[in-house]
Amino acid sequence: MSSDTSQIRSGIRAYILENLLFTSDDAELADDASLLDRGIVDSTGVLEIVMYLEEQFAIKVKDSDMLPENFDSVNNMVRFVSRATAAQ
Amino acid sequence: MTPRVERLLHDGLLIAAADSVRAGKAAVIVEGQPHTYAELLRDALRLAAAMRERGVRRGDRVAIYMDNTWPCVVSIYAALIAGGVFLIVNPQTKADKLAFILEDSGAKLLLSDGHLSKEFRAALGQMRQPPAVICSGAINDATDAEAFDAVLAASSPAAPETSTIPLDLAALIYTSGSTGNPKGVMQTHQAMVFTTGSLIEYLRLDASEKILCALPLAFDYGLYQLLMSVKLGATLVLERSFTFPAQVFARMHETGVTVFPGVPTVFAMLLAAHGRSALSFPSVTRVTNTAAALPDEFATRLREVFPNALIYKMYGLTECKRVAYLEPELIDAKPGSVGKAIPGTEVFLLSPEGNDVAPGETGILHVRGPHVMAGYWNRPDLSAEMLKPGRLPGERVLCTQDHFRMDADGFLYFVGRSDDIIKTRGEKVSPAEVENVIHGIEGVREVAVVGVADSLLGQAIRAFVVPVAGADINEKRIRAECAARLENFMVPRDIVFCADLPKTATGKVSKKALLENPPAGVEA
Repeated sequence: MSSDTSQIRSGIRAYILENLLFTSDDAELADDASLLDRGIVDSTGVLEIVMYLEEQFAIKVKDSDMLPENFDSVNNMVRFVSRATAAQ
Repeated sequence: MTPRVERLLHDGLLIAAADSVRAGKAAVIVEGQPHTYAELLRDALRLAAAMRERGVRRGDRVAIYMDNTWPCVVSIYAALIAGGVFLIVNPQTKADKLAFILEDSGAKLLLSDGHLSKEFRAALGQMRQPPAVICSGAINDATDAEAFDAVLAASSPAAPETSTIPLDLAALIYTSGSTGNPKGVMQTHQAMVFTTGSLIEYLRLDASEKILCALPLAFDYGLYQLLMSVKLGATLVLERSFTFPAQVFARMHETGVTVFPGVPTVFAMLLAAHGRSALSFPSVTRVTNTAAALPDEFATRLREVFPNALIYKMYGLTECKRVAYLEPELIDAKPGSVGKAIPGTEVFLLSPEGNDVAPGETGILHVRGPHVMAGYWNRPDLSAEMLKPGRLPGERVLCTQDHFRMDADGFLYFVGRSDDIIKTRGEKVSPAEVENVIHGIEGVREVAVVGVADSLLGQAIRAFVVPVAGADINEKRIRAECAARLENFMVPRDIVFCADLPKTATGKVSKKALLENPPAGVEA
């Protein structure tokens, strides 16, 4: 794992823990857990995450990217953001 | 075994599956995966047999706490075929409320999904007599829940319960109440069969439809998309939610969806997306809106996205499913109106004293028809507030408690609610339910929850919190408690700490004053 990826991961984890789970307990969030299954995100939750990612990592998320394979888990988000930043 | 007349809610399925053409047609496409009518009946008969083996008898309640999945659809029809009464609990529901609903309904059996086990396990732990559990998907933890697939595989199809008559209950539909605890709206087979037919009639639907359902099946608006589709022998395109809009849009194109049911928040998101990059769904011929008023300017812009669709503005409440709809051809002629009573029913306005109201004047909306609920489960007191004696002996008319006015042509216009229920994202939220959770947090002295106007949500939830002097309380802790105990849409968007709340002469918190003249926020 590159240091970039681990930075992206820790940023995303911290954001979700703080703003959607309201906790600082790292064990509350598994990287491969479906956020939908866990009831962590719904439509506005996903929009919040996307806004955070756009701002934090200076990427642009298109409407057509709004898919579970990009945003339904920490792993998926890390993959998406890594790809998007590499493409820039 | 195939009924010749459709009297019970599941008769539509029995009829469709017995028809040689429809049996092989897709009844439901769940996240892209088609399931035929023959398959739906086969699995429902098997699960019904398993339910009966596990003690479900005529009139027993069967709780379904599931996402919009194939097992959820099968469970609904299985419960009916077994002679039971189904109730669907929103999968966002947390343990305490789930336990309340299970206790209140006296459910004999709970069907759920593996990924919801944390909540349902906690709920069952609170109960003295927890129901048996059948669980779809992965069951990770040590448990006595049975696996849905294994139960189906081990069961052979049983004949439907024959003693059920149309006056028996088919469903309890739980809805938020102003007292805080949800109430189970009792609906009979007869009422639900009637209502399904009425909706199909005015929406002008037929067997060729592909009806989208991305609304929760726990919400009666979502549930009726399934009921209409099965009654028609049409196809339901079932999606888990609108959370990932691109996925829903792709599925709509792929399956050629013809009916698009939404609430204003969904349409607001859709129009915002359309503004960024043009969307067009030419296959859609009907767009429906209910749960909150559709702004008139939305209707105009929705025609760009749905160039071939009739747009229906509707109004209803769970207690009778739907009250009124506006003929789509009149959308420009009658701006702001939700139209007239649905086919086979009537509406009238009365003053608080029970007198007729002149055209143009505000009155309380009353509803008469076979769609009116039988009452609230276990709550004759609350039933009596909503159901009033009608003109005929024994008849009961629904007093909606909502204020409306009617123009000279008989078209209805919503004026306001008489209770303080908040409508956010099309969901009803009881301020008392949110207040109870916040009040239970240490360091909170007083709390009042109100709805404030919001262009995306309809109303946003705002909590005014008075902390105990010197208490260690902050916004994050309040949010965390709310998120742990309430459905996502009930978590307040705004939390305002203040030194005091405005009161009425009798010492009650004045919500009116809170909205008109909010107290200054202070640091907690």
